[in-house]
Amino acid sequence: MRIVAKGLTYVYNPKSPFATQALKGMDLTIEEGEFFGIIGHTGSGKSTFVQHLNALIRLTGGELKVGDYDLAEKKCKVLELRSKVGMVFQYPEYQLFAETVKKDVAFGLKNFRKGISEEETEAAVREALRVAGIEYDEVAEKSPFELSGGQRRRVAIAGVIVTKPEVLILDEPAAGLDPLGKKELMELLHAIHGQWCKTIVIVSHDMDEIAENCTRAAVFSEGKVALCGTPQEIFSQGEALAAMGLDVPVTARCAQLLRARGIAVETDFTCDDFVKKVLALRAAACTPAAGAEGGDDAQ
Amino acid sequence: MLNDVTFGQYYPAKSFVHNMDPRAKLLFVIAYIVAIFLANNFFGLILVTLCLIFFILLARVPFGRVLRSIKMILFLIVFTAILNLLFYAGGEGDIVLAKWWIITISWQSIINTVFLAMRLLLLVLGTALLTLTTTPVALTDGIESLLKPLKYIKFPVHELALIMSIALRFIPSLMEETNRIVSAQKARGANFETGGLIRRAKAMIPVLIPLLVSAFRRAEDLGDAMDARCYSGAKGRTKYKKLTFTWRDLLGLLFFVALITGVVLLNTYLLGRFDIIWQVQEWFGA
Repeated sequence: MRIVAKGLTYVYNPKSPFATQALKGMDLTIEEGEFFGIIGHTGSGKSTFVQHLNALIRLTGGELKVGDYDLAEKKCKVLELRSKVGMVFQYPEYQLFAETVKKDVAFGLKNFRKGISEEETEAAVREALRVAGIEYDEVAEKSPFELSGGQRRRVAIAGVIVTKPEVLILDEPAAGLDPLGKKELMELLHAIHGQWCKTIVIVSHDMDEIAENCTRAAVFSEGKVALCGTPQEIFSQGEALAAMGLDVPVTARCAQLLRARGIAVETDFTCDDFVKKVLALRAAACTPAAGAEGGDDAQ
Repeated sequence: MLNDVTFGQYYPAKSFVHNMDPRAKLLFVIAYIVAIFLANNFFGLILVTLCLIFFILLARVPFGRVLRSIKMILFLIVFTAILNLLFYAGGEGDIVLAKWWIITISWQSIINTVFLAMRLLLLVLGTALLTLTTTPVALTDGIESLLKPLKYIKFPVHELALIMSIALRFIPSLMEETNRIVSAQKARGANFETGGLIRRAKAMIPVLIPLLVSAFRRAEDLGDAMDARCYSGAKGRTKYKKLTFTWRDLLGLLFFVALITGVVLLNTYLLGRFDIIWQVQEWFGA
């Protein structure tokens, strides 16, 4: 489903002294099949924007179309839309509630498809857990509160993807995870992307995460889209980002430093590739000092 | 959906009333409540009303904002008013308008009802003005300070104030958390808006359980954080914000002494509550 937003505005607590305008005319298009990243500071409107996408926040100003659903219409089929646009909130493991993992994962499925049979439910739950990297037979009858933090997050994600949404939105999916956990989670998202969910949108303030994983990204600043494009396009504008108080990824910074020393190296956003590139350059040009420094930084 | 709760409804503004000492304001409201219940006739209540309006103007809080606090207890006011109207235990000399079974409506019961409704309204509006102009933290500080004498009978004043301020502190956090969990479950197709009472109550389970779990988690974290900073109760503890009594507070209190005196004088030297009936009858020659 294609997501098209035009001139989106939103005000929290309107007509009170606490009124804050979260979105100030936002234009953004996310094509089907993208792995899209949204970057921005706290309060830049990231969460407000994504909550519009499945009508958790109803449209009050501007236009928004998600696939064939026109969010400006009063009669928009919200429940149907929500089954197609899955949303994983920050720290999703805090929303688990059922007695068993199986029941919790099945919650969304039973809400969206009334009267679904037990066999079908079990098959869907089993598959969702498998995709999320959890062994069904091991955890199905356990209480979600018995699991470890990382496992709980996977169960929570399984609870959203169980309905096979076309678009999957994740708000800070890697928050609070250790580096290995982050890496595993991103691998999980790449596995889901394409086959299971056509489009994936992640919200993050970690530049490296966006740079390494996304096909395209947008930078939000004060309720507007400040920059939009491929990671290369965005992170080549270091000054514009710095003006918004944002960093560039580690790899881009290293490439910049190397270029400043007269070593022509292209930015590459996956750490491993970048290190390989630098090492190859070093071997070829025999400038060990500068190359080693850059390589160490990247690692 | 939970943004309408008028608890901890502080309205930020710069005004005489906002700047008053919370202790003075508390005493002030107590005096105001006493005045409401002392008032025995409409003149007294009108005096209290005028005083309330004066203070609302002084506090620079929009009238609509103050009136909104009635919304929550409007039902209660209407309910008690109707009961009072129908079941007023009349005395000698009531002018009965209608009588049916055990229900009697008389001029006296109507007047009594209006009187009661006015008292309740004034009560709510006055206390609402207090919470609108005082931050919850200042309020608990004020209560702690006013209750200090109770320490001598081993009453845990400090602990009580701490419990109150922690509760107040966590209301917005838990509200935010609730909103987030509600959103998350809605995203998974939960429906909170339709269905009968039992269905709706059942629909709240996916919200209440995570909320409870998170409340316990927060409580544990807070306890740990307090331990880590060597919190050990009231002993030897100093305050970040010292309360100071200023000319404003003296002025306010004097004003309220005047109000109570005024109400008492009106009670004594003017007509009683029901005398207005005779007055009206005289005017219309009935």
